[in-house]
Amino acid sequence: MEFPEDLKYTEEHEWVLVEGDLVTIGITDFAQDSLGDVVFVELPEVGVKVEAGKPFGVVESVKAVSDIYAPVTGEVVEVNEELPETPEVLNTSPYEDGWMIKVRVSDPGELDELLDADEYREFIEED
Amino acid sequence: MLKRTPLYPAHRELGARMVEFGGWEMPVQYRGVIEEHLAVRHAAGLFDVSHMGEIEVKGPQAEAFLQELCINDVHRLVNGQAQYSAMCYPTGGVVDDLLIYRFDGEHFLLCVNAANTDKDFAWIEEVLGDCDFSAVKCRNVSADFAQLALQGPAAATLLARLTDTALERITGYHFYEGLVARVPCIISRTGYTGEDGFELYCHPEAALTLWRSLLEVGGDDGLLPAGLGARDTLRLEMKYPLYGHELSPEISPLEAGLGWITRLEKPSFIGREALLRQQQAGIPRRLVGLALTEAGVPRAGYPVFHQGEAVGVVTSGTLSPSLRQGIAIALVRGDLGRVGTPMEIGIRQRRVAAEIVKTPFVRK
Repeated sequence: MEFPEDLKYTEEHEWVLVEGDLVTIGITDFAQDSLGDVVFVELPEVGVKVEAGKPFGVVESVKAVSDIYAPVTGEVVEVNEELPETPEVLNTSPYEDGWMIKVRVSDPGELDELLDADEYREFIEED
Repeated sequence: MLKRTPLYPAHRELGARMVEFGGWEMPVQYRGVIEEHLAVRHAAGLFDVSHMGEIEVKGPQAEAFLQELCINDVHRLVNGQAQYSAMCYPTGGVVDDLLIYRFDGEHFLLCVNAANTDKDFAWIEEVLGDCDFSAVKCRNVSADFAQLALQGPAAATLLARLTDTALERITGYHFYEGLVARVPCIISRTGYTGEDGFELYCHPEAALTLWRSLLEVGGDDGLLPAGLGARDTLRLEMKYPLYGHELSPEISPLEAGLGWITRLEKPSFIGREALLRQQQAGIPRRLVGLALTEAGVPRAGYPVFHQGEAVGVVTSGTLSPSLRQGIAIALVRGDLGRVGTPMEIGIRQRRVAAEIVKTPFVRK
């Protein structure tokens, strides 16, 4: 299981790549492995406001429906349009091809709340 | 404390993801639901179904008792034959669906759903107490049996490598007592996937030997261990009912599309009067197969609409691994059964287009 060092993480199993006030968001390797075969992804549209801790999308495996929670508050500026067409990419490439949305962060202070790779790994191991 | 089947160590070795199901800790998947599902459709899959319950019914009046207890016609069974049936309450609601195995006229074995085993046994004892079948002896013998299901087009070929039993003589819904990998088994040509296949009942202590022998002999031909996840998507593609979803004390077998096993012409069985009344008055709801015509995954509990009006609810739904399309079984208003009828399923905030389709969803 991979936990790239350059990413931040949430306890809801999203990852966040921070580049200034722009962040890219997806679900972790652990999340995709727990879900199993992903068959459906629902993402917001560009321009939608997302709020930290509130769901912004849905991932469905054969067995279950899971909400995806926004790690930060801000506006969606880009969406991975290919993902709903090829949801199985979340299983094969959760950190790269499986990215979900890019958000312009409105409260950079929220980024301090996120876990680093070691903290996230520990969180999973305790769980 | 969850119960574990004798195959629990094998599931751990295989890295299965375990879940709670009907009071049991069971494998939901090994490598992945879709891969296991497709293995069963194209080659073969091996399921641990030891959680299923077994109830033995013996005695001179055993057949007469089962005829009163169950909705199908037990008299049609010959020795060595199995029958799909159900038990109903006097209200017509379903206690459980089950398989009845006839060894002889005084010896039957019922295979019931795991979560219902204790309830079923208590119900059977209650019926026995109320009726004049004092010579009938019922025992919950679930602990005496492990059960493996070998399912798929390659099942017979693979099984033949481990048994001298002439499998071609065991036709559908028949069984034979023989050796498989030197393990004494009831070899039953039954299953819950829509594929050819066998259900093997053996002593719990022999289950690991049987499991490992089957996987060893079939591995090169594409046999995969398959979990409850694939079992559910496979049965759903065939529109086979699952207790707690398509069957319950609130749903009659006529509503559930089990008219074909509901022998109202029998002079008597528990629930007959209620079911006759329902049939005469018109069946209020029916189970239909829905296929989505847009992207989406229907799930149990989602509302179903027709021309804007709420007309029912999804009882089971998934993305069909064979069709790569959302499919659902739904309990809808009784007048809405026609194939091609446009429907909508409420999926979160959207209404997703669907239509009533012929079932099974996947044709063999």
